[in-house]
Amino acid sequence: MIEAIFTYEFLQNAVLSGLIIGIIAPMLGLFIVVRRMAMISDALSHVALAGIAGSLYLSQQVLFFAALNPVYLGMGAAVVGSLLIERLRRVYKSFEELAIPIILSAGIGFGAIFISLAKGFGTDLVGYLFGSVSAVSRQDLYIVIMIAIIVIAFLYFLYKELFSLAFDPEYARVSGVNEQVIQAAFMIITALVIGASMRIVGILLVSSLMTLPVAAAIQVAKSYKGALMYSIVFGEVAVIIGLISAYYLDIAPGGTIVVTSVIILLFVLFWKKIRS
Amino acid sequence: MYMASSIIKLEHITHKYHHSVALSDVSLEVKQGEFWALIGPNGSGKSTLLKIILGLLKPTEGTIQLFGGPIDSFKQQQRIGYVSQKSNAFSTKFPATVLEVVKSGLTSRKGLFKRLNKEDERKAIDALHVVKMGDYQQESIGNLSGGQQQRVFIARALVGQPDLLIMDEPTVGIDRQNVESFYSMLSELNREYGIAILLVTHEIDVVTQLATHVACLNRTIHFHGAHEEYDKMTESELSGWYGHPIRRLHQKETEPIT
Repeated sequence: MIEAIFTYEFLQNAVLSGLIIGIIAPMLGLFIVVRRMAMISDALSHVALAGIAGSLYLSQQVLFFAALNPVYLGMGAAVVGSLLIERLRRVYKSFEELAIPIILSAGIGFGAIFISLAKGFGTDLVGYLFGSVSAVSRQDLYIVIMIAIIVIAFLYFLYKELFSLAFDPEYARVSGVNEQVIQAAFMIITALVIGASMRIVGILLVSSLMTLPVAAAIQVAKSYKGALMYSIVFGEVAVIIGLISAYYLDIAPGGTIVVTSVIILLFVLFWKKIRS
Repeated sequence: MYMASSIIKLEHITHKYHHSVALSDVSLEVKQGEFWALIGPNGSGKSTLLKIILGLLKPTEGTIQLFGGPIDSFKQQQRIGYVSQKSNAFSTKFPATVLEVVKSGLTSRKGLFKRLNKEDERKAIDALHVVKMGDYQQESIGNLSGGQQQRVFIARALVGQPDLLIMDEPTVGIDRQNVESFYSMLSELNREYGIAILLVTHEIDVVTQLATHVACLNRTIHFHGAHEEYDKMTESELSGWYGHPIRRLHQKETEPIT
């Protein structure tokens, strides 16, 4: 595979994108999991599906969309979805979690409509649903790099505010952290990461890469920084093993990456049980 | 003559939830260096009043001044340390060390986009030593007892060197022995560091001995004044505002009969 990476551009794109996503998805995932918002990434990925399906459908109808990378519309839909979730959370103050199923079902609904209208998209759509090694373009890689820079800068400069909000939101509010603005920015960043990850992991499995490495990390980490490091390590291991096996077995990388994450989680749980 | 400056000044605060009155015409002033115990039965509006002081809730009527200025233009949140009742209800599985939790108390003092540095870590360690938790820096917060966790939360409130410490029933869920040492630590903080304290509690017997001032709240303020004045209140006066009989155990101790 090493030789093939140096030979084929599509493989370079897939490996580099995968390695970057293996860092940023679990990194952001830790903040999502500890705030008990794991389902939000699921909802946003389904909204991204609507955007992707919409873009694929429009590309059959309008020439402009034929030239447009569907990832843009997918990402745009996820960003709009993230802002709507925030809005709905304020509308349903006592039932905040209701925002997630509302947006999730809306995403699937629109996705189903566009897929039906276009009479299916064949392998294109399957690639977006479960990820694809061969479909990652150089443009996709540039999008991933750009989003990674935004995510890392966001987490680096707002780390203390995000930690404070995650650990004790009421305390954070009292001490002057602008929860509304930071939360809205966080949701947009989450939507961007989902958009960036869907080429490799697939829309249906993207949330797993944000939560499974974190689920394993919080079993072993004592500190928040430790949990962040473990999440990244587990995410990277899953991506590397997942991509190699997807390449040799010629199957969707989303599946192999997520199954590897599940195995890592089971291994960590088993190891913890033995130790205790 | 030295005049202590005003830290909290509430004037005619009334708050209604829909049509039910939670607070009615509450006026109170806390000055520099004072230790106030705000006591009252369940549902007396204590937590509502705290939320109003902390800016989490806007009163229906009345004005609030913090450190001499109106609350709406107050931007020095780092001058207030807050320990909530709910602090010990956080998820015990949260992956954070004691030091990380205490450092988070510097968030507002440090300002947006600025990272915490070694100097901030030293401040956090010093705050932990003040609450006698210096040996637990790298311990996972979830592994500590309720009393120890509350000390860590006090350290988090202290690390920003506040002038005022506000606590909402901080001893809920802590065993008796730890409660007493916790309160004596508060008294020490007030005496040695001159930090003004506003402590909400319904543990009348312990707290009123430590506080310099007492305010009795049951939707409205029934009494507020120096600790010595509070001691002069008769059992029937106490029982009247508390809503059920209260018996003084001896000259300086009172205990609600429930």
